[in-house]
Amino acid sequence: MSMIEFKQTTKRFGSHLVLHPLELAIGSGEVAVVVGPSGSGKSTMLRCINVLETISDGDLRVDNISVRGSSRDIRRIRLEAGMVFQQFNLFPHLTALENVMFGPIRARGRSRAEACEIAAALLEKVGLAERMSHYPSQLSGGQQQRVAIARALAVEPKLMLFDEPTSALDPELRQEVLKVMQTLAVEGMTMVVVTHEMSFARRVGSRLLFLDKGHLVHDGNPVELLSAPPSDRFRDFLQHVH
Amino acid sequence: MSAVCSALLPASATSPSNLIRPMNFDWTAATAALPDLLQGLELTIFIAVAGLIGGTVLGVLTAVALNYGGWLLQAPAQAYVALIRGTPIVVQVMFIYFALPIMLGIRLSATSAAIITLIVNSGAYTAEIVRGALDSVPAGLREAGLAMGLGFRKVLTYVIAPIAFRRALPAMGNQVVAVVKDTSIFLVIGVGELTRRGQEIMSQNFRAVEIWTAVALIYLILISMLTISLRFVERKSRLP
Repeated sequence: MSMIEFKQTTKRFGSHLVLHPLELAIGSGEVAVVVGPSGSGKSTMLRCINVLETISDGDLRVDNISVRGSSRDIRRIRLEAGMVFQQFNLFPHLTALENVMFGPIRARGRSRAEACEIAAALLEKVGLAERMSHYPSQLSGGQQQRVAIARALAVEPKLMLFDEPTSALDPELRQEVLKVMQTLAVEGMTMVVVTHEMSFARRVGSRLLFLDKGHLVHDGNPVELLSAPPSDRFRDFLQHVH
Repeated sequence: MSAVCSALLPASATSPSNLIRPMNFDWTAATAALPDLLQGLELTIFIAVAGLIGGTVLGVLTAVALNYGGWLLQAPAQAYVALIRGTPIVVQVMFIYFALPIMLGIRLSATSAAIITLIVNSGAYTAEIVRGALDSVPAGLREAGLAMGLGFRKVLTYVIAPIAFRRALPAMGNQVVAVVKDTSIFLVIGVGELTRRGQEIMSQNFRAVEIWTAVALIYLILISMLTISLRFVERKSRLP
């Protein structure tokens, strides 16, 4: 069964159609990498999945719950879809450990002791066991983003959404974040990743989606699409990314 | 209006030139007045604390209404802030002490009127401070909270409020100091706070220099202590 199902989904900002009717199903365990020029609608598409944007028409179901449902449905979707942002968005008044404990306590209703155990294990997993009591401002961008990934995982989601997770990072800090993401993919996490990292798409992605001007232009195997670009638009785009 | 007249009386009593005695200070007049002045100080502090607590609660609620309420909450909140910021506090206290009781058919003591005025006045200024602080919290943090499946109230309580609180502190410090000093205007309705006490004592002994020096020093000491503790709170809550 599909984890995410776009059914003739559109998104409009005012009179501007950002997402043309989109028909797309992403299955459990897939790693879908979404690429496209800026303004192509890829971030909007991602944000529709956990209802940070509301869709304009059609339907969009996450684990068979519609994003057009009640506010309780929307909270259920958000519990299942962890989100990692381009700007990390860590809570500046909490330490790394407290940031990761936040979801289990506030969203899942766990005790502090349980949350602390979950958080410590996850921070260790992303390689930050030594930085638990640091505040976000005391961490590098790469470290902050890894905390943000741990924070999203702590809510125990069924899928993870990444919105350009390495775009705000210096090149030398990107690898540590991509490595964590690759580990997640290998473990079988369902992932939708909006990114410009073509090597990540090739290496880790099970599927490559190319969006342009709100249309899904290509949808296929990353290695095949990247080695033999099927259209001028896509070839043109790849030349600009590299 | 007798209260206003009595407030103005000492000034006219001291102006005749035969009462001006330069180079003839008697500082024992100030020490003798001290117990009375400190009683006034007690009332000053009481009114200020009540006004600040009430004003902060009212201000925070108004700010939340301004930022997150629908127009049904926003419109009255905006009207309230505009009304208070658009009129002098002396006019506000006169209205609350003299006009409001007539309109509502109630009795109001001068101290109660003073406290109500401070709450209503400080609430409007606090609302603007808190509104700005809430606005300054990056939208991404709100989204991060929502994306975890939290309801907006939880996001407001656990994410936005703690950050906004820190951002509001410097401006709130100013507001606290302003409220403490604003208590002195309640002499116009005869509240026996520090300034009023000073004026009463002076109208008996005409020791203007000594009494007003003492009154000024007491305010200065009180507000210095406040400023120091506010700075301490600011330092304690500062993030690394």
